Amino acid sequence: MSRDSMSSLLITNARPYGEDPVDVLVTDGVVTSIGTGLDAPSDADTLDAGGAVLLPGFVDLHVHLREPGGEESETIETGSHAAALGGFTAVFAMPNTDPVADSAVVVEHVRRRGEEIGLVDVHPVGAVTVGLGGERLAEMGTMAASRAQVRLFSDDGRCVNDPLIMRRALEYASSLGVVIAQHAEDHRLTGGAQAHEGAVASRLGLSGWPASAEETIVARDCALARDAKAALHVCHISSARTIDVLRTAKAAGVRVSAEVTPHHLLLTDGRLTGYDPVNKVNPPLRTAEDTRAMREALAEGVIDVVATDHAPHAAQYKDTEWSAAKPGMLGLQTALSVLVETMVEPGLLDWHGVARVLSERPAEIGGLPDQGRPIAEGEPATFALVDPDAQWTVRGAALASRAANTPYEGMRLPGSVVATILRGRITVRDGKVQA
Amino acid sequence: MANLRRGDVDAGQDPTRELLSAADVTRTVARIAHQIIEKTAFSPDSADDVVLIGVPTRGVHLAHRLAAAITEFTGASPAVGSVDATLYRDDLRRGPARALEDTAMPEGGVDGRLIVLVDDVLMSGRTTRAALDALRDEGRPRAVQLAVLVDRGHRELPIRADYVGKNVPTARTEQILVLLTESDGRDGVAIGQAGRTGGDDDAPAAAETAGTVATDPEGEA
Amino acid sequence: MRHLLSVADLDATAATALLDTSDRLRQALLGREVRKLPTLRGRTVITMFYENSTRTRVSFEIAGKWMSADTVNVSASGSSVSKGESLRDTALTLSSMGADCVVVRHPASGAAHRLAGWMDRGNETTGTHTSIVNAGDGTHEHPTQALLDAATLRERLGGIAGRRIGIVGDVLHSRVARSNVLLLATLGAEVVLIAPPTLLPVGVEQWPCRVGHELDPELPALDAVMMLRVQAERMHGGFFPSAREYAIGYGLSEARAALLPDDAPILHPGPMVRGMEIAPAVADAPSSAVLQQVRNGVHVRMAVLYHLLAGAPE
Repeated sequence: MSRDSMSSLLITNARPYGEDPVDVLVTDGVVTSIGTGLDAPSDADTLDAGGAVLLPGFVDLHVHLREPGGEESETIETGSHAAALGGFTAVFAMPNTDPVADSAVVVEHVRRRGEEIGLVDVHPVGAVTVGLGGERLAEMGTMAASRAQVRLFSDDGRCVNDPLIMRRALEYASSLGVVIAQHAEDHRLTGGAQAHEGAVASRLGLSGWPASAEETIVARDCALARDAKAALHVCHISSARTIDVLRTAKAAGVRVSAEVTPHHLLLTDGRLTGYDPVNKVNPPLRTAEDTRAMREALAEGVIDVVATDHAPHAAQYKDTEWSAAKPGMLGLQTALSVLVETMVEPGLLDWHGVARVLSERPAEIGGLPDQGRPIAEGEPATFALVDPDAQWTVRGAALASRAANTPYEGMRLPGSVVATILRGRITVRDGKVQA
Repeated sequence: MANLRRGDVDAGQDPTRELLSAADVTRTVARIAHQIIEKTAFSPDSADDVVLIGVPTRGVHLAHRLAAAITEFTGASPAVGSVDATLYRDDLRRGPARALEDTAMPEGGVDGRLIVLVDDVLMSGRTTRAALDALRDEGRPRAVQLAVLVDRGHRELPIRADYVGKNVPTARTEQILVLLTESDGRDGVAIGQAGRTGGDDDAPAAAETAGTVATDPEGEA
Repeated sequence: MRHLLSVADLDATAATALLDTSDRLRQALLGREVRKLPTLRGRTVITMFYENSTRTRVSFEIAGKWMSADTVNVSASGSSVSKGESLRDTALTLSSMGADCVVVRHPASGAAHRLAGWMDRGNETTGTHTSIVNAGDGTHEHPTQALLDAATLRERLGGIAGRRIGIVGDVLHSRVARSNVLLLATLGAEVVLIAPPTLLPVGVEQWPCRVGHELDPELPALDAVMMLRVQAERMHGGFFPSAREYAIGYGLSEARAALLPDDAPILHPGPMVRGMEIAPAVADAPSSAVLQQVRNGVHVRMAVLYHLLAGAPE
């Protein structure tokens, strides 16, 4: 890319956080002026925002880009496209790849591939235990000190189930200044589980994933994090009862943060009756009562952030009987719309709130100093431009991901990302990736 | 899945022309009973040899009436049974699955006996053929004869009745409506225009709600 | 009716129509010299069993043969199934060979639903038509078992509406229980499940039935009792302490069977674990309907094949 060509950018008629329209002048990736009727230098690129809402670029603490090893489902390149189209400027790529990202070599590869593609900052998440085996701590210090500068560690897909290993991981992480992101699922309680344990699963004959398997791990980990004075992040919480545990722990001063996925804000286990594995995800879709509790807790701030758990799976992993299908669903390109549908339109979040849960808090948790910044002079020009009035119909085949496993197929959703800007460079314009 | 074909006849259809009154039906049954006695040489000694087998639904009612008449005239009772021919029909694939009717073979079965098959209306002959096939699987009768209340023509198979209550020349588009007290509350036979084409010859399955209707067989193959 | 995947797809009228057809077929074949009907001549029925079940497979096979269908049995071992071919590809292959009906038994709940979906989509392009019959999918359903149980109960009790039927044992893992609860409730029976809490699924309280944990107090008021299989492998899963304790609490001993009203039939889907689930003398008593269930199984499956295959494709 040519540094010269992006030296100046004038964004006109944009509404920061949905407020009054302004022009934003960007020079060398930094906001140099905000006002009305700004003049651009003659060589400046211009972007007419057309009254779209200007937000700090989105940060996703939880994606699966599948590379290395799962390239039939997604690559860092296709995943970067999907992220940019979804308004994201930074993503955290989970380590359950093949090989597992449990060493400096693998995390550096992921980081480098992200940089080569250059559409979004790809931050590798390091494994907590070797091979996600849950038995031996991975070389977290080496990964943190590597070129990849890993700040988030997780065995996501698996829970660090052994309480002693989890304790040691938290203690060790506290000295490194990194965060342990826990996939909260007591595997002893979810052996063979296929769906939320409740009325729907009982009728469908699917073994149940009890909400208590999440609740108990979160309670346990909060106690461990408190004692270790470590930062704990809880991935994709799904059960209303977990929220109470979090609220109590936060009130007691535990350094715990939590994420919810868009699908746990919108979808319920009522979708399972046709046994279409596109609805299979871990943790499972739960009840309408749970989705309602998730929305309220997100508005209240007990749940800190929205993270997509973007989990592409090639057709052969989903076009099977339910129990053989892999869990997970696409999320990057639909996250904003689902958030508009579930939070903005019902009045639970305003655009400042969206910026908080999709950008500011995730950047803070993930330790990214130049993401999730205020829209102000002297700050990095890293933005998502959102048309709140747009409506679009989701088509898996039209999404940028290599896989098409979106649970929102055929759904009409509100709000769309019209442009994404990473440090002054337009990565998406008019809803299209700028290669 | 509740798509078993029931009568597709609108009971409140066009005015129809009466062919047989209730009294005519009674007289006709009596006449056929006499003919059966004569042709089968029915007597108290040979009573065990003769079996009346009705084709559901109205053929069964007629078989019972014929048996009662024969008993009245001779003092001896022929056995009565029923055979549902649905499973042997050649037109099953032309509509939704049909409900099955009763099959009840008389004590002693059909082997070596003289069977009088009884139906209400004879048209294409396909129902009779199906009933003959069903009987064959029940055993080996000595002979099979056919009795019908109405023969309306339009045969599509080499089948003829041994006993006919009334021959009625009809157009294919016309309907023959047979009413019997047991199923319809009164006796009578009428003719009218079909409200719709469809239905089949000898159509027992189309006869649930308003008497047996036999209309255009709609080019049965 | 295009497929038979779940008894939930049957309303009372449809279920009764199937049971009536089953009764009529039994009647039509009663005492006959030639136990064969020409109705499904030229139709091909494939049984595809990913789990061993001699009785269900043979029952479907006999049902098909008595209706003159060509029946072909595919078992998971020794076919491409064991070589890693996906369920979808196997099913579409059989459909392309001209199967009019695939009867499937599979360890995954919902497998029959998935197959039906693939068939319907495949059929749109090829113009063929293949019906799926669920012969047991995981711990979901076993619709023909529930139908044959209902046929047996109808025969024994003269009707189902208003009768109180007890279902005893491992409800959690039982597709038979799920199908029976739904079908019997649809037909107007009052269903009582009796099992230890460890063998009942969370969510059972929303099923159309009552749940109890003690057998003895329920028995005198039951019109019929259905004993479920308890699979030996569950013994080690901590679902209950021991086979002995299960037998003490939930086995149908002679003393317990005596608590039932005199004419109350005892049903068991088989295969029976004599001693633990049911005392041998009870299993062989006149009130035991086990062999009647097996006989009705053939007629019910004939009825299902008749309703699926005899009429015009939907």
